[in-house]
Amino acid sequence: MIEARQLTKRYGEKTAVDGLDFTVRPGSVTGFLGPNGAGKSTTMRMIVGLDAPTSGTVTVRGRRYAQHSSPLQEVGALLEAKSIHPGRTAFDHLTALAYTHGIPKRRVHEVIEQTGLQSVARKRSGAFSLGMGQRLGIAAALLGDPATVMLDEPVNGLDPEGVLWIRNLLTQLAGEGRTVFVSSHLMSEMALVAEHLIIVGRGRLLADTTVEALVRDAGGDTVAVATADPARLRDLLSAPGVQITGEPGSERLAVTGRSAREIGAVAAEHGIALYELTQHRVSLEEAFMNLTRESVEYHATRPARSAA
Amino acid sequence: MTTVTDTRPAAATPTVPRPVYKVTGRGTLRSEWSKFWSVRSTWITVALALIALVGFGTIAAFRYKSMMSGGARHVDRDFLDATSVSLTLFGVNFGQLALGVLGVLFAAGEYTTGSIRSTLTAVPKRLPVLWSKVAVYGVVAFVIGTVGSFAGFLVTNAIVSGTAAHLSLTGDVARSLFGAGLYLGLIGVLAAALGAILRSVAGGISAFIAVIMLIPGLLSLLPTSWQGHVGPYLPSSAGEAIYTLHQQSDLLTPGKGALVLLGWTVLAVAGAAWRLVGRDA
Repeated sequence: MIEARQLTKRYGEKTAVDGLDFTVRPGSVTGFLGPNGAGKSTTMRMIVGLDAPTSGTVTVRGRRYAQHSSPLQEVGALLEAKSIHPGRTAFDHLTALAYTHGIPKRRVHEVIEQTGLQSVARKRSGAFSLGMGQRLGIAAALLGDPATVMLDEPVNGLDPEGVLWIRNLLTQLAGEGRTVFVSSHLMSEMALVAEHLIIVGRGRLLADTTVEALVRDAGGDTVAVATADPARLRDLLSAPGVQITGEPGSERLAVTGRSAREIGAVAAEHGIALYELTQHRVSLEEAFMNLTRESVEYHATRPARSAA
Repeated sequence: MTTVTDTRPAAATPTVPRPVYKVTGRGTLRSEWSKFWSVRSTWITVALALIALVGFGTIAAFRYKSMMSGGARHVDRDFLDATSVSLTLFGVNFGQLALGVLGVLFAAGEYTTGSIRSTLTAVPKRLPVLWSKVAVYGVVAFVIGTVGSFAGFLVTNAIVSGTAAHLSLTGDVARSLFGAGLYLGLIGVLAAALGAILRSVAGGISAFIAVIMLIPGLLSLLPTSWQGHVGPYLPSSAGEAIYTLHQQSDLLTPGKGALVLLGWTVLAVAGAAWRLVGRDA
């Protein structure tokens, strides 16, 4: 459980994170989405206390990360930037971390196995490929058997096999009842694993929602219909929750809230000829782009007010 | 920190029973110790420091001996009243460079490689990391300095046996050799603190060289009366006072010198602590 309350971080003039409020709950994967530079990494750094908030708070299970007696057991974090000395072997890196908490050597071997690093564990990490480096970062994150796992752009630079491995790992961790918080700037990636979404743009919260709700709010799936009798079809289809748009004189309608199948059945039943019946799926990508584009526009008119 | 023992988390999440770990000072110390020895640069620099401490004294001793026994007409002023201790400690200047660089690497290297992020997420209270680093490195530099000095003395003394420079291992000699170890231990910690303050290997090494070499040189630009007041209190001169065998008029007493150098070191470590706690990592 991660709770951010009015979390804000300023670097001089620039506001990286701007009054964020959100809660990340255990038992499911929560995606943390936003374009590059939206403040995701800064937020994650504040969660584990690497950066101090300018104002506001962020807590992990009710207290600041640094106040926990066993931090690695609370949050296992993979940060975007390299956090490993290239001259140290994977094994030595993990061992040094384990010593701080009195974590036994057995656990070090466990996470090395879990992340598939056995063959390179005794090699200096500077020689690792990007994928191996990510795996080592994840091994370090899992070391303390943490209640919360937080990964910043974990699939960046991974090959398809690595991406699949991460996806399965995330689902498995959430299934074990852990809080899983994963950032990405790719909606398509998140759609595959995340149930909840926290979307930010320019440091502000744009949406705290679920994947389903996001699609629904974005207008859901639309069906384009061309028919001989648009007025009658319109009357027949209208119901609460159904939206129909069309221009007078045009044979085309756009219907949301009814599937193409349903529309076809209604038309057939009443003997109305259909010339076209096409389902338009609103992709999450589009929904996400719409959200973030708005945020950019919103901010373009903002400086006058924030300067006051 | 009012609650040291916290039983809440175990009750809050009904997941699989998990072992209870805890960050401890001892664990942090162990972690820093293992980090120190698990990079290659440590071994190389430690070897260089020992070579400097023993080797340069040996070279000085051979030169002294050839000068004395060869009946050289002109003896370098440096060698006129040389003792086996002063010949041995010829290497201290070079040893301190190696140990200073290693101190900077140990502290600032965490920032240049990014490993500080791992370190501080494991120990988010931060200060225990600095105390551990300082303790580990202080002890290591002191032991290397002391071992190097005594080993150098044995070698040097054997070479110059039968000349005026030969000394037996008296209390004063031992004090001098231990003093060299103490100086190297403290100056090593000072270097590590500079590295932690500047968070850059290049910057830390530059600052360290400025402190031990440049500033003493610049001092000669000051009026003579000032030099006498300020000079002895510089880290390098205070250090010289600790390990020099015969008291010199322009230096503090060994005890005072140790206190002054300790003061400088504490100041640098305090600066590092302030910076570690106050700034984002």
